Amino acid sequence: MFYKRIITFCFVFFLSYWAKAEEKVPMADALRAEGKIYVVVAVIVTMVLGIVGYLVFLDRKINRIENEINNSK
Amino acid sequence: MKMNQNWWKILTVLLLLYTCIAGFLFTTPRLPILNESIRNLYFHVPMWFGMILILTASVVYSVLYLRNQKPIEDIRASQAAQVGVFWGILGLLTGMIWAHYTWGKAWSNDVKQTSSAIALLIYLAYFILRDTIKDEQKKAGISAVYNIYAYAAMIPLLFILPRLTDSLHPGNGGNPGFNAYDLDSNMRLVFYPAILAWTLLGWWIFTIKVRYIKVKNYLISKN
Repeated sequence: MFYKRIITFCFVFFLSYWAKAEEKVPMADALRAEGKIYVVVAVIVTMVLGIVGYLVFLDRKINRIENEINNSK
Repeated sequence: MKMNQNWWKILTVLLLLYTCIAGFLFTTPRLPILNESIRNLYFHVPMWFGMILILTASVVYSVLYLRNQKPIEDIRASQAAQVGVFWGILGLLTGMIWAHYTWGKAWSNDVKQTSSAIALLIYLAYFILRDTIKDEQKKAGISAVYNIYAYAAMIPLLFILPRLTDSLHPGNGGNPGFNAYDLDSNMRLVFYPAILAWTLLGWWIFTIKVRYIKVKNYLISKN
């Protein structure tokens, strides 16, 4: 009788634990399922590339001026 | 660009791209309240890491200036402080946006919010101090000493005070570790490269600013 109770308790305990794990916290699952998340990634990658490209442009520009000064010295 | 000395710029771009792609596509823990906004960890938190690392460089340059009195060290210290504070302001603004949607208010007088704002104000005073002194040598010397003070004030404001009382920020309010409980291994995979990426981006901007001022000062001295 005692063992039966323990087994029942364990069963209920794990069942509730399992049910809790299944209870989902809302996330952007639909966005991912539709593949629209790639649109977000594409937009951000474009921006990062644009900003980094601008930084490379500035880097090269200042490099040219440094070279000009070094050559004229 | 010479490859041998610019390899870290390529690394910066690759890490930034990795952060932006993996940051949105890799899995994260499903946590209530945070939900999908947990991904801000890859963008908001690295701003603060970047700020602290770049301000550390700034204080090192200030110490170097006090040791050897070379004007270039003063230029480096002030430019690093500018980039560091810029990263800090971005960290504060992104934190307010994030807080608005998770803590309910953009500004809830959370101890870490307040102390980081104070730290930024101390650094803003550094720039005002620089602007008020005309003599270049005096400016460099006094602001180097002030920079060391500002750094010494920032460390307890960001790392000690928030731990002594309750904070909404994770890893504070008596917790010894940084995010030890809720940063899972999947997130570390993106989080650490993200810190490196944003810090290196700040460092890149810093080097360009220093080179610009060197060229400008040379041209002024020539004319």
